[in-house]
Amino acid sequence: MPMVNLSIIILVLPLISFVFQMFFGRRLEGKKGEWISISLVLVTLLLAIIMFANMLFDYQPDFRQEAQFTWLNLGSFQLEMGILVDNITIIMLLVVAIISGLVHIYSVEYMKDDVRYSRYFGFLGIFTFSMYGITIANNLFMIYCFWELVGLSSYLLIGHWWEKKSAADAGKKAFIVNRIGDIGMFMGLMIVATVAGTFNYELLFERIGNGAWAAGVGGLFGGVDPNTLLTWAGVLIFMGAIGKSAQFPLHVWLPDAMEGPTPVSALIHAATMVAAGVYLTVRIFPMLTPNAMSFIALIGGFTAFFAATIAITQNDIKKVLAYSTVSQLGYMIMALGTGAYVAGFFHLVTHAMFKGLLFLASGSVIHMMHHSLHKLGDHETDAQDMRNMGGLRTKMPITYTVFLIASLSISGIPLFSGFLSKDAILAGTWAYAAHIHDGWLAQAHLGWLLPFFGFSAALITAFYMFRLMFMTFHGEPKNKAIFDNMHEAPRLITVPIMVLGALSTWIFFSLPSFNPLGGEGWFHHLVQQAKSVVPTGAFDAETFAHGLHAAHYPAMYTSLIVAGLGIGLAVLIYLLREIDPEKIAIRLGVLYRGSLNKWYMDEIYLHGIIRPFLKGCGAVATFDMEIYDHYVIDGVGRRVKSLATGTGVADDLVVDGAVNLFGIIFQWLGWTLKFVQTGKIQNYLIYVLIGVLMVYLINVF
Amino acid sequence: MHALSSYLILSALLFSLGLYTVITRKNAVAILMGIELILNAANVNFIAFSKFVTHHVEGHLMAVFIIMLAAAEAAVALAIILNLYNDHGNINVDEANALKR
Amino acid sequence: MGAHLLTLVTFIPVLGGIIIAFIPREKLDAIRWTAVAATALQLLVSFVILGSYDRMNPDIQMVEHYSWIPAFNIEYFMGIDGLSLPMVLLTPFISFLAIFSSWKIPKAQKGYFSLFLLLDTGMMGVFVSLDFFLFYIFWEVMLLPMYFLIGMWGGPKKEYAAIKFFLYTLFGSVLMLLGMLALYFSLEPHTFNMIILRDAAPEIGQKLLLGMNAAKVIFMLLFVGFAIKVPIFPFHTWLPLAHVEAPTAISVILAGILLKMGTYGFLRISWPVLPSATLWFALPMAILGLINIIYGAMAALAQKDLKKMVAYSSINHMGYVLLGMSAMTAAGMNGAVFQMFNHGTITAMLFMLVGVVYDRAHHRDIDGFGGIAAKVPIYAGVVALAWFAGLGLPGLSGFISEALCFIGAFPVFTWITIFATLGIVLNAAYFLWSYQRIFFGPLNPKYENLEEINKRELWTLIPLAVVVIFLGIYPAPMLDLMSGTLNQLVDIVKTAGMMAGF
Repeated sequence: MPMVNLSIIILVLPLISFVFQMFFGRRLEGKKGEWISISLVLVTLLLAIIMFANMLFDYQPDFRQEAQFTWLNLGSFQLEMGILVDNITIIMLLVVAIISGLVHIYSVEYMKDDVRYSRYFGFLGIFTFSMYGITIANNLFMIYCFWELVGLSSYLLIGHWWEKKSAADAGKKAFIVNRIGDIGMFMGLMIVATVAGTFNYELLFERIGNGAWAAGVGGLFGGVDPNTLLTWAGVLIFMGAIGKSAQFPLHVWLPDAMEGPTPVSALIHAATMVAAGVYLTVRIFPMLTPNAMSFIALIGGFTAFFAATIAITQNDIKKVLAYSTVSQLGYMIMALGTGAYVAGFFHLVTHAMFKGLLFLASGSVIHMMHHSLHKLGDHETDAQDMRNMGGLRTKMPITYTVFLIASLSISGIPLFSGFLSKDAILAGTWAYAAHIHDGWLAQAHLGWLLPFFGFSAALITAFYMFRLMFMTFHGEPKNKAIFDNMHEAPRLITVPIMVLGALSTWIFFSLPSFNPLGGEGWFHHLVQQAKSVVPTGAFDAETFAHGLHAAHYPAMYTSLIVAGLGIGLAVLIYLLREIDPEKIAIRLGVLYRGSLNKWYMDEIYLHGIIRPFLKGCGAVATFDMEIYDHYVIDGVGRRVKSLATGTGVADDLVVDGAVNLFGIIFQWLGWTLKFVQTGKIQNYLIYVLIGVLMVYLINVF
Repeated sequence: MHALSSYLILSALLFSLGLYTVITRKNAVAILMGIELILNAANVNFIAFSKFVTHHVEGHLMAVFIIMLAAAEAAVALAIILNLYNDHGNINVDEANALKR
Repeated sequence: MGAHLLTLVTFIPVLGGIIIAFIPREKLDAIRWTAVAATALQLLVSFVILGSYDRMNPDIQMVEHYSWIPAFNIEYFMGIDGLSLPMVLLTPFISFLAIFSSWKIPKAQKGYFSLFLLLDTGMMGVFVSLDFFLFYIFWEVMLLPMYFLIGMWGGPKKEYAAIKFFLYTLFGSVLMLLGMLALYFSLEPHTFNMIILRDAAPEIGQKLLLGMNAAKVIFMLLFVGFAIKVPIFPFHTWLPLAHVEAPTAISVILAGILLKMGTYGFLRISWPVLPSATLWFALPMAILGLINIIYGAMAALAQKDLKKMVAYSSINHMGYVLLGMSAMTAAGMNGAVFQMFNHGTITAMLFMLVGVVYDRAHHRDIDGFGGIAAKVPIYAGVVALAWFAGLGLPGLSGFISEALCFIGAFPVFTWITIFATLGIVLNAAYFLWSYQRIFFGPLNPKYENLEEINKRELWTLIPLAVVVIFLGIYPAPMLDLMSGTLNQLVDIVKTAGMMAGF
């Protein structure tokens, strides 16, 4: 099985990079030690390309190779580890390899002279390793393991500059918030293990389909309806995705994660790791019931809209992109929830390219800003604040160009990759709202919420992206001194972003067709809608497919109109300055402040959950030592001790007194009787004789 | 039966004489002689019962044992008495009261 | 020699202790190296035991069975199976490393090492005895050296901690003694032989004692004895104190091995001998496990003293064991015993690491550090490994056992397990939070010259780390050793339960 073997090599190489950098990296700093990591990752990229080429060559939609071994065997309970390579895996591997490879190269320049340079590359290695692991896993347990490892590498990389409290806080927050999602996922896993008895995707789906699931429910939760349990299992596993893909309400960690180095944000917090949640949902798609899908769609849709509203008002260039990421992930999730399986995964791929690009390009700006500020000896000005930029397009033409490409792509403008996928998602929501009647969302007649979220998020996205563009690259420079010291980034930065810029155009995704408005490219041929295995009341994929066809053009026109509207608005406000943004902000009042403060989610969590909980912990600890231990346990001890003292007194008077009394009596007896003891044997013999006589006499009479 | 009771009477006489001697005499050698009498009274009893009642040889054996024991006892006792004499200059048992408080 | 491996592995340390008693107190190195030799030899024998253990056979092996006090039918009866083998491996391993952690004990080294080795024998004896009386003797043999080790070489409140530990445990022992005698007299002829007792479980289950079901009464008596050792809430308050006051190596032993004696006692005696009572008490046991998990984690989260935090983390981690072993499923039972082993190695690392920083900074206040990762990167790395092992990161051994406990408990105690998963988050919270406060942020100028971890300390940690990583990646070797016996145990309890109508 060559593909499986290749994927194992791909998996292991970054791990070697990690181990190498951990043990020897420090000694090779400044001696090109990072290039060992880079070449290892580039080898994986090469292998991924080989796999990809192989896939294109085969052109089989149902290509699938699987290999596994028993990892632990407890008799009645077994766990397997295994690898599943199908088209989705290969595409995802390629995406991860491309972004990771480019980020590795990019980091050479960006992280130059960093205090923990080699360590940084090691952490990139373990991240890439874990991400590959998620990608090639053939079962839920294995994905969970790598899921957590990805969380670890994210923690390490966000906290890379841990001297800053905010960075250390952000890493911790990311890990813990992710773990909250993971609890849900783990519960889902436990349900799956109990009911289906396997974690393997294919076996699991088979058992759901053939009734083994229904038979396996047994007395769980007091004999719950198997279908309801299936919904719950789906929703709970999806909770892992809520955490990792930063969906509402667990999205709070992602914006904070921007404390990490920008290439890390591009790799982990934009392109790959956060997409792992989407990937997981893709993997479990066949087992999702309509009700679970309703939940997923609503979460995704709301997140898409909600995050977009925050992105409008942010001034930190990376924060805008972070909320944009949350919003775009919401899109993907929503797509999967509406049943637009292919579109959701497609958006994952295109988004990885253009969002990775956006981050790397913004990193280019930030990097040069740092240089400029450094030259000026300025340590106060925030290098990421867009209010300190402006007019940079003349200074950084390459960065500007690729940024424009990415912005057009994310806004969904034809000729760019984002248009293809985003359009498909919006059409999906449209079709869902119009034609699907399964699932509680549709039954509650809230189906139209999804297109509403989708299209308004599209409008807002176009608006804030061009707001970002104009504030950064157009207009007058806000700070002349900084501006004068700016110039284009070095080649190690510009080459990766140019590669990604190229990959953000439509052509790579629509081949063999050249139609920029979509049509059926290789992607749609190789990735086909997964069939639902839900035994009763499954999602009606056929109706949906028809609806999708019908919704294609209306959705496309609408999305073009809203995107144009958003861009136009941005042009009016930020380019032509026809409308003063400040005035709008004042007019909007509460809404503006809410958006600026991220709708106070962090404050709600801090004051509503974290603080009270920590207080509770303090109370527990105090209770344990000061009250329970002090009063109850030691109290028993003291009570026993005082009892003992009392007993001691009683002992002296009564027991000891009694003993002494006996002593006195016998002492007296001794004094008296000692005169009998003459020491003369003859006397004793007489006593004996008398005794014998007495016994004789008693016997006789 | 007649024969037996006469032996028993002899034995009782010997025992009483021996006991009397032991209780009344202060001379250690005399006490020792009294003890010999008591032992021989027992010997007579053994022989008599063996002869008239059990018809076994054990009684005789016992008598031989006792004779041997008496010889050993006499040896030890005389040794003690000799030491007593060396210490006190006499063999009066009343005066051997060093252990008395 | 082959037939007496268990006797050897048990008594080698105490022989070393006796030899140390004859070494003049000035010859410090001789004393230390004798202790090293004794534990190394013991470790070696434990490897031989591992090598000659037949993993296909779930029953007891390497039996040594002699009559000891015939008048009371007390036997010198030793043997191991898949339940005791992990502990038989763990005990010399941890003891051996702990000797090196106690290299710099400041006073009365002779007494310290002799007592340490006596303690080692006591612990090992508990894990290999199959005669309840012998078990009890070893149980008590362990107690006294521990009292002195805490009380003489401990921290500022050592006397209080030592006496508390001693009384607490002794209280449990007394009840255990009662339970043991009740078991002894419940059969005719009277016996302490655990195997005979196990086979007579149905008979014991039907007896009456004080007008109540004898099995239940005995179970409760033994429960208190074992629960104090584990420790199970609400019998846990000796633990934070004893762990904090004890010298590093003794904390390592306490948390690494001693706590396992409690759960081991349950699985060795209560479970097979009193299966009906076990099933009767399984639900309360699982609830207590849940309380241990959540309560321990919450208390750990609030601690300011690093060592105390680690101590509470032990309460939290033992909760997983309780949850897993009360479920009577293959996954839960294996997970529980595996967690016993893993907690042994992980918590040993945690305590040793706390000891390292305490030796340098002379305090353990979590908030009193800050940013020291810049000064001690290797130490920070090892701590990160241990901390992540503690919070159950996949790829490190703790994760697998915790996951198995949860997966095993879920079908039986669904809601309890669901609440217990909250522990996963709390684990992450207290470990990461403390890590951040100690290592991250700007460097506290007080620790400008903080010394990096030295070679000796590092090499005591590396074997543990290797085991933790190896079993995290490939747990099968360890699980294969024990799964046969544990599955059999589950069957025994379940069959008995069915007969008793559960």
